[in-house]
Amino acid sequence: AATKLNASPTKYNLGDITPQSKVTSYNNFIEFGPDKSDPERNAQSMHVRPWTIQVDGLVKQKKTIDIDTLMKLRPIEQRVYRFRCVEGWSMVVPWDGFSLGEFLKTLDPLPSAKFVQFFTLHDPKQMPGVNSSGVGPQGYSEGLRMDEAMHPLTLMTFGSYGETLANQQGAPIRIIVPWKYGFKSPKSIVRIRFVDKQPETTWNDLNAPAYGFYSNVNPSVAPWRSQERERVLGSGFLPKIVGTQPFNGYGNEVAHLYAGMDLRVNY
Amino acid sequence: MPGKVIPWLKVVVHLLCLLPLLKLLMMFHSGALAAESDPVQFLTHFTGLWALWLLVWDLAITPVRRLSPKLSWLIRFRRMVGLYSFFYATLHMLVYVFLFSGYDTATALEGIRAHHWGVPWQQLKLIVPSMIDDVKQRAFIQVGLITWVLLLALAITSPQRVLRAMGGKNWQRLHRVVYVAGFLALMHFWWSLKKGNNAPAVVSIVFFALMIARLVWTLWQKRKKRARMVTA
Repeated sequence: AATKLNASPTKYNLGDITPQSKVTSYNNFIEFGPDKSDPERNAQSMHVRPWTIQVDGLVKQKKTIDIDTLMKLRPIEQRVYRFRCVEGWSMVVPWDGFSLGEFLKTLDPLPSAKFVQFFTLHDPKQMPGVNSSGVGPQGYSEGLRMDEAMHPLTLMTFGSYGETLANQQGAPIRIIVPWKYGFKSPKSIVRIRFVDKQPETTWNDLNAPAYGFYSNVNPSVAPWRSQERERVLGSGFLPKIVGTQPFNGYGNEVAHLYAGMDLRVNY
Repeated sequence: MPGKVIPWLKVVVHLLCLLPLLKLLMMFHSGALAAESDPVQFLTHFTGLWALWLLVWDLAITPVRRLSPKLSWLIRFRRMVGLYSFFYATLHMLVYVFLFSGYDTATALEGIRAHHWGVPWQQLKLIVPSMIDDVKQRAFIQVGLITWVLLLALAITSPQRVLRAMGGKNWQRLHRVVYVAGFLALMHFWWSLKKGNNAPAVVSIVFFALMIARLVWTLWQKRKKRARMVTA
């Protein structure tokens, strides 16, 4: 059951927040089934306590961190972000957590660490869809370049709407990278690894032409289907369709990370 | 099946085929549709799935009928079920045009309320270029569109009068494209989903089972005919 979180408001504040009931009933979490209504039904049996995160790779000292210790590392902030799915819909969600960079700094990664890799729990006993999902035995994995991971917008997320994450949202801990498509924001993380080369990532492995490593929200690159517009899921029946913004509207803050890169090649 | 029962059965089948539409109207009225996480996605999937299932059930009529001479009356429902499939396929396409493509439905409705009848049309013209772009770029939409055009051709030529005007042979030749339509509809469904989503598996298996049943029947008939010719 959800626990209240004491999250303080921040400058990241948007209007027209998507109803919480929609955010917790419409999830892509393929380990719990391919349909977006599957995770809510199938994820309830996942045990989110005790929960630890293993830290390894190019780091001064490998360690295992308990979730409850991690949650006390920094004050929890509430950030209302746009959440854009590559399927063409988006939500406005108040997430609760703190910048991932604050945590990564405490881990003392080696200078040779250029990328961070995240792994989702992989447990066929708790995840009925995992064997048919295409996710390999190492678990769903995603990766960010070090500067992306250290960017203050990148959120280590423990909750939403002022309470702990529902299992289908990726409890007890997930990442939110608001300028990238949703699948770049891995859920139910059990392992963080620092590496020197661009790591393999699950959707890129499954279908590289459709899912690039960067997968920054970009209305002018559409390898799978048109990304020019999005349906903002709200409370009404009629769709609210808006033009998709480059970097999901966070260009002022993050575009500099990609200066000089051809975003059509590095999509 | 006595002739008197058929008209009543037709009413029942009409009602059954209208049930999905009734469900949508009830969901709209009660607010359940708005409460769906993604109402447009729901409508798209719902109408498309019913179009496909009705098409598959329609294709099942002939193989089932062949099981027994007592079932020959089933043929009288084939046109009706086929037309309902076309009906849901049309709804599916209208959802794409008016709710999915970026059409400003809210503004169009305001225009209609204010009796400015040009507004819905203007809104449509605004969206047409990007819709054409979308169709050009997406193979699965092209396949869906072709499927709908095929079903349209079948629907237009479905009245008895047209059949007579065309002549039975020509009509039958045209109406064989229903198999192509079924196959393309499945392709459209598979291609529209992300890899790993096997939602179309059941309907695909039923479709191919029916196709195999037809093939077996045709081969068997040919053999019987040949056997007859030998004994004669």
